[in-house]
Amino acid sequence: MLEVRNLTKIYDGDVLALDDVSFSVNQGEFLACIGLSGSGKSTLLRCINRLVEPTAGKIIWNGIDLTEASQDEMRRIRRKMGMVFQHFNLVSRSKVIINVLAGRLGYVNPAMSVLNRFPKSDVELALKQLERVGIANQAYKRADELSGGQQQRVGIARAMIQEPEMILADEPVASLDPVLAHSIMQYLEQINKEDGVMVICSLHFLDLVHRYADRAIALNEGKLMFDGTPEEIDDAKFKEIYGKEAERVG
Amino acid sequence: MKKQRSLLRSIGVGLSVVVVIVVFAYGFKVTKVNLKETRSEQRLVVLTRILRALAHPDIITYEQEEVNIEVPIYLPCPEEIITLPEPDKTGPYLVTDVACAASKEFILVEGYSFEPGSKGPINFIALSGAKIQLDNFETDANGYFQVSVQMPTRQPVVEVQHLRATARVPVGGPQFTDTAKITWAKIVETVFLALLATTFGTLLAVPVSFFAARNLMSDVKSSLASVALTIIGWPFGILIAFLANRWISELSTPLSANIGINVGGVIISPVIAYALARWALPQEELETPKVPMRIARILTLMVSAICIIFLLQLLASLLLSVGQMLIQPLGPVGFLGNFVSQVGEIVQIATPIILALAGGGFVGSFLSTYGQNLSDRLSDSYIKGINLFFAAAAGALLFMLVGAGINWFYQINDPVKIYLWPGAVGAVLGLLLAIRTAPKDALPIGTTLYFVMRTILNATRSVEPLVMVIVFVVWVGIGPFAGSLALALHTIAALSKLYSEQVESILPGPLEAIKATGANRLQTIVYAVVPQIIPPYISFTMYRWDINVRMSTIIGFAGGGGIGFLLQQNINLLDYRSASAQMLAIAIVVASMDYISSTLRERFV
Repeated sequence: MLEVRNLTKIYDGDVLALDDVSFSVNQGEFLACIGLSGSGKSTLLRCINRLVEPTAGKIIWNGIDLTEASQDEMRRIRRKMGMVFQHFNLVSRSKVIINVLAGRLGYVNPAMSVLNRFPKSDVELALKQLERVGIANQAYKRADELSGGQQQRVGIARAMIQEPEMILADEPVASLDPVLAHSIMQYLEQINKEDGVMVICSLHFLDLVHRYADRAIALNEGKLMFDGTPEEIDDAKFKEIYGKEAERVG
Repeated sequence: MKKQRSLLRSIGVGLSVVVVIVVFAYGFKVTKVNLKETRSEQRLVVLTRILRALAHPDIITYEQEEVNIEVPIYLPCPEEIITLPEPDKTGPYLVTDVACAASKEFILVEGYSFEPGSKGPINFIALSGAKIQLDNFETDANGYFQVSVQMPTRQPVVEVQHLRATARVPVGGPQFTDTAKITWAKIVETVFLALLATTFGTLLAVPVSFFAARNLMSDVKSSLASVALTIIGWPFGILIAFLANRWISELSTPLSANIGINVGGVIISPVIAYALARWALPQEELETPKVPMRIARILTLMVSAICIIFLLQLLASLLLSVGQMLIQPLGPVGFLGNFVSQVGEIVQIATPIILALAGGGFVGSFLSTYGQNLSDRLSDSYIKGINLFFAAAAGALLFMLVGAGINWFYQINDPVKIYLWPGAVGAVLGLLLAIRTAPKDALPIGTTLYFVMRTILNATRSVEPLVMVIVFVVWVGIGPFAGSLALALHTIAALSKLYSEQVESILPGPLEAIKATGANRLQTIVYAVVPQIIPPYISFTMYRWDINVRMSTIIGFAGGGGIGFLLQQNINLLDYRSASAQMLAIAIVVASMDYISSTLRERFV
């Protein structure tokens, strides 16, 4: 259970990115977060794992207030939050398997990991995750030799090897073509349905929201405009979220 | 209106032309431009001679056979008529068109029956035996030559004097001159000087560059209590490390006397250290361990650290003695033995330094974490008190250390002035800082460190290695070692800056992704930063090696060894042919270094 209360983020230079946002997500839920570019979706996701420090408000996850956690505690908490990025954010010169194993860094002994040594069980786990996303045969290639869709699958494997209780996906399919987009979304759906992992995913396309999300929230200029099931987004709501000139496509 | 503006404009243009002319005129005055001098005949003669010498680098020589043939001549002509004896025509001989000549008069000298292709000077041999070179000759295929020479200006002498042709014939194959041999030895020295300087400079520049990268440092923030405790922790850590080192060296010195025990120690101590470290640092941990467990682990790690210190000391003495023993039996490759013992020496020198850094770093970061935990847990009013106390203590300590440093330079030797006053000022500044900051504020300690690091690097970089070498020559004596130390120091400063700019330009995405997995700072650097910076680091290191080779060719001018020393000597001795050989060697090395480094760069990047 994740509860976000009155979350506000003001960047340096008085840029209001999030304005008093409150919502909650149940365990095992697939929550889509929609809104225009610059509406605060990425900031919201990064506030949850505190890659961005919130200015005010509370984020309570399983009874722990994340905004109060020390840096050390936060590192331990982040282990249970996998994150998937729009631009995959793989280390392009490293091997695929190293990119996946990087997901275990929060667990392993820092001294050994700095020397690039991982426990055997972790290597097996990494291969298993790669198999799950269908690219086990690419494990020893360099990450930048893979295509975009394959790279995002590595990104998902990296998040999954953390054995997370929550996945934060920041526009995971925005850089992919529609066919690949569905295959990536299906992996996320599978993780959500089979493993019961909470997924918070920001998306651009409403059809993806309708197809995959249990619930949706919408942001506009940092304000929460909508919180409900995808079916509730009618034309009036749509115009409220995306502005008067917007037209529905797809 | 329009006309007026154009008038103003042309006045402006005219004025700026005048200003430019004045500026250049002044420039000519201060740089003492003197074109008359360039046309002076005397200077042109000297210039020609030097340029010709430079065009004949002293590299290859032939063993030569010399034949001296003389012909008598009167200078000036005596009053009675004289005839010269018929030359001996069995061997090579000289014929002059006149038997006598006045000073500055031209006479024709012909040579017959010389060895074909021989050459040499024609000298005037005065009565005293003094030799004056008049000209050079070279014989044709028949062994004949013909040269018109001008007689020297001499005091009149009645007796007969001589003209001498020294014919030199090369025998045997070409040989390298002594100059070529010593130039080769010195150019090898130069290249290795640059190699060592680049290697050591790079090794130290890599860690330094991370501290000088703004994107890594800007999000390092700590509470005041944590910062103050770190400042207090470092000197204590260094002190503890020094004491530990001394204590262990008392233990290890008698052991290292026996080589068997020494070898055994070198093998056993890392095994123990590794086993203990493996126990104390479990592979994976899901829960935070309990306090007694953590204490047990810290103690185990300390024992492990002691084993490592022990290992380093034993290793140093082992390498030293083994290296010394090897020098004799290895014969021509005895330098390998010397290298081994030098490595032992380096380990011996580096051990206390590494320990001091490790000890300071360990105690500092331990106290820093402790301070951060205190700040996170305790209530504001407690923290305020803690901040006040520790900030004052840290300020006092910092200023007392600075005071001790100043005392070392200026020898004030008054405890009130060097400890009490700075301590008081530091404590007051610490208190002020603690009062001004809110209890739980995170101070931008990383940014501060970044600016300090940048300032130090810029200051070091602005001192040319040619100047640095002067200090090192005083320290380690004239020679290539001083030169490589100076170049290494400059390399650290220059490369750290180049490297850190590369770190600043990495993609932030992977950094964010690794951070999001719960990795700590060191892991983030190793997994997200290092893979991205390897290609530019290699490329800059190559580039720096290139620069160092060029620098090391002139670092000898200031006593830093290498070929520069030789070059300067020969220039001062006006031995331009040798200097030319050295300049040629430098040009070849620099050009081939440039080629090699660009090829390697292409391959790696």
